[in-house]
Amino acid sequence: MTDTAQLNTLASVPDERPVRPAQSWFALLKPYIGSPFNAVVTFACLWLIYRLITGAWGWLVTRAIVEGGPQTCKAAAGAGACWPFLAAKLRFMIFGFYPYDEHWRPALAVLLFLGAMIYSMIPRFWSRRLLWLWLAVVVTCGVLMYGGVFGLTVVNTTSWGGLPLSFMLSSVGLAFGFILGVLLALARSSKLPAIQVIAVVFIEMIRGVPLVSILFMASVMLPLFMPDGVTIDKLLRAQVAIIIFAGAYIAETVRGGLQAVPKGQHEAAASLGLGYWLSMRKIVLPQALKIVIPPLVNIFIGFFQDTTLVTIIGLLDFLDTVRSAMRDPVWQGIAVLEGYIFAALVYAVFSYGMGSYSRFIERRLKTDHSHGRH
Amino acid sequence: MATSDSSPVRLLYDVRVRAVLYQVVAVALVIGIGFYLFSTVSRKLADQNIATGFAYLSRPAGFVISQSFISYDSGDTYGRAILVGLLNTVWVSVFAVALSTVFGLAVGIARLSRNPLLSTLALLYVEALRNVPLLLYLFLWYALIVAVFPPVREAWQILPDVFLSNGGLIVPSLRWSPAHTGVLVAAVLGIVLACFIASAFRRKRVATGQSRMAWPYVLAALVVPVLLAMLVFQPDLVVNWPEKGRFRITGGVQVTPEFTALLVGLGLSASAGIAEIVRAGILSVGRGQWEAARSVGLHDRQTMRLVVLPQALRVIIPPLTSSYLSTFKNSSLAIAIGYPDLVMVSNTTMNQTGQAIEGIAIFMMVYLGMSITISMLMNWYNARVALVER
Repeated sequence: MTDTAQLNTLASVPDERPVRPAQSWFALLKPYIGSPFNAVVTFACLWLIYRLITGAWGWLVTRAIVEGGPQTCKAAAGAGACWPFLAAKLRFMIFGFYPYDEHWRPALAVLLFLGAMIYSMIPRFWSRRLLWLWLAVVVTCGVLMYGGVFGLTVVNTTSWGGLPLSFMLSSVGLAFGFILGVLLALARSSKLPAIQVIAVVFIEMIRGVPLVSILFMASVMLPLFMPDGVTIDKLLRAQVAIIIFAGAYIAETVRGGLQAVPKGQHEAAASLGLGYWLSMRKIVLPQALKIVIPPLVNIFIGFFQDTTLVTIIGLLDFLDTVRSAMRDPVWQGIAVLEGYIFAALVYAVFSYGMGSYSRFIERRLKTDHSHGRH
Repeated sequence: MATSDSSPVRLLYDVRVRAVLYQVVAVALVIGIGFYLFSTVSRKLADQNIATGFAYLSRPAGFVISQSFISYDSGDTYGRAILVGLLNTVWVSVFAVALSTVFGLAVGIARLSRNPLLSTLALLYVEALRNVPLLLYLFLWYALIVAVFPPVREAWQILPDVFLSNGGLIVPSLRWSPAHTGVLVAAVLGIVLACFIASAFRRKRVATGQSRMAWPYVLAALVVPVLLAMLVFQPDLVVNWPEKGRFRITGGVQVTPEFTALLVGLGLSASAGIAEIVRAGILSVGRGQWEAARSVGLHDRQTMRLVVLPQALRVIIPPLTSSYLSTFKNSSLAIAIGYPDLVMVSNTTMNQTGQAIEGIAIFMMVYLGMSITISMLMNWYNARVALVER
């Protein structure tokens, strides 16, 4: 009640904020034509923007072929976008060779996955429950994709493909990579020399070579490592490679977070009588991981994009199904750019979304610290 | 606290004993896994009758490589083929790094422009490149090159004796001889000498305050070795002119579409990252530095060169190093569009010989070695830049 009263008195105070002097037209235009050089820059930019917009509009709309089939698009000879190609191939591009009648299963899995992801991106819901939620989601997605129970027909991993596969490779890779990465980071910042050396050698070896070579190694050498009679799925091989690669990069990021935790925190934990694991789990890691959330999201964006490389070892990820769609004999040589541009847009939407989220989290974490000493 | 009585059970609670124990277990585990993998692999290879060892490197390769800087034909050895691949990797990486630096610097500065149009366009450039996978861009650039340029038979003649088609750009070339290499070495030596002279003059100026004209000496250092080398080696100028036949163009040197797509893809994608690095670096220099520089009478360009950039470089160099390194490693995507880099040549070799482990070991070692070398070089440079700090 007193609050309302205060608000009322506040409202009755006359507005005495200084009135901003009216800006002249010249002041408004100053950043654009302040100097001759700047004016040239402005006009060059305007021209470029004009060309970009008209070019895109013409290609996508006015000159585009909206109805018809391969022949209509062929006749237009690439003057505009070939929409019939997208319409005809959309489902194949998204789901790959997954049986056509069962497409609802990967679609549902992707929706579940995205829903869980958006849910766990909201800081208000951050708690231990998320772990169980994700476990449930992963199991459900796996059951939906593979089938074999509840009357779902079995779909082998060889027919998995498209967007679900890309999501799976990157999210499972990141989840297990995260566990591996935290362990490696702890090992690398440990005081035990032998463990430190093992971690350093592992991390630097992985980070020193390209992902392509690790994928090659996994696809060629993993079968040789297995004992007799154990065959290892092609998808699993790529997944192992991505986990190892992600682990090494996450380890370095987490190590940065570990180093940022003040030494006093370690000492305080030790003086409370906490052992190494307890002090790491309860005191150090929570602070370290909080610091590295934004870079971790950036790593996630990177790995979502890097999963495209599995097409090199013959897996049918989203980029690969798009390319297969373009190589379809009916459409070959007709829609050369449409598929890539569609794929680029899909990747851009997800990456940009995650990037915006990373910036949001960064701002939020910063304000959380603002009542500290700095 | 160490235990006073040394019964074996109490010993386990000793921190130092535990430390030793953990390490012994970890090392034993690593050795055990390594031994297990080694024995399994060698047994399986023996079962499958696959030869081991690097003897295959001296056998003839029998495949053609579309681009090479040292003489190579299909009769040469696998070892030489891999060397050709390595040179191709280095070649495209060097150009991509240069391209990404130039573009990244320009876009990074444009991001900070006071002109909102320019900074927005620069932001658009960065976002468009960062949010789409590199591999997709490689495919896209390659498809664009093939779609936009005419087939070889209808190649455009953009300059006399310069042909452009979807088979690549073909320009006249010099028939290379050891004499040319000599001149090239002399030119490089001249550049190094010129750098030394310039820095010596600068040191002298800083030490004594007297400035002497340096440019005649620098110019001499650049020109004289080349002229001398020309006199000594007397390289002959035989130009290899491209000629347009009915189906293909012979002669000249070719810039392949694969190379161009890879170069553009790697360079542009890396430039987006570098733009952000440059921007962050310049922003990290406090406003007071600009104002202080202005108050001692430096104009904008001098402020940038003498005050802001030296401080910004300290922030820029470490992430720039990792950007260069990842450009180098990303060049391995060449295999996706058929540029004959180290990985692609090794892959062909592995397919032909069946010796996958050796092939992978070679290119992993090469990448690892190069990565370590580059990061050591950049660390050395970083240490030099950091010395400016007092």
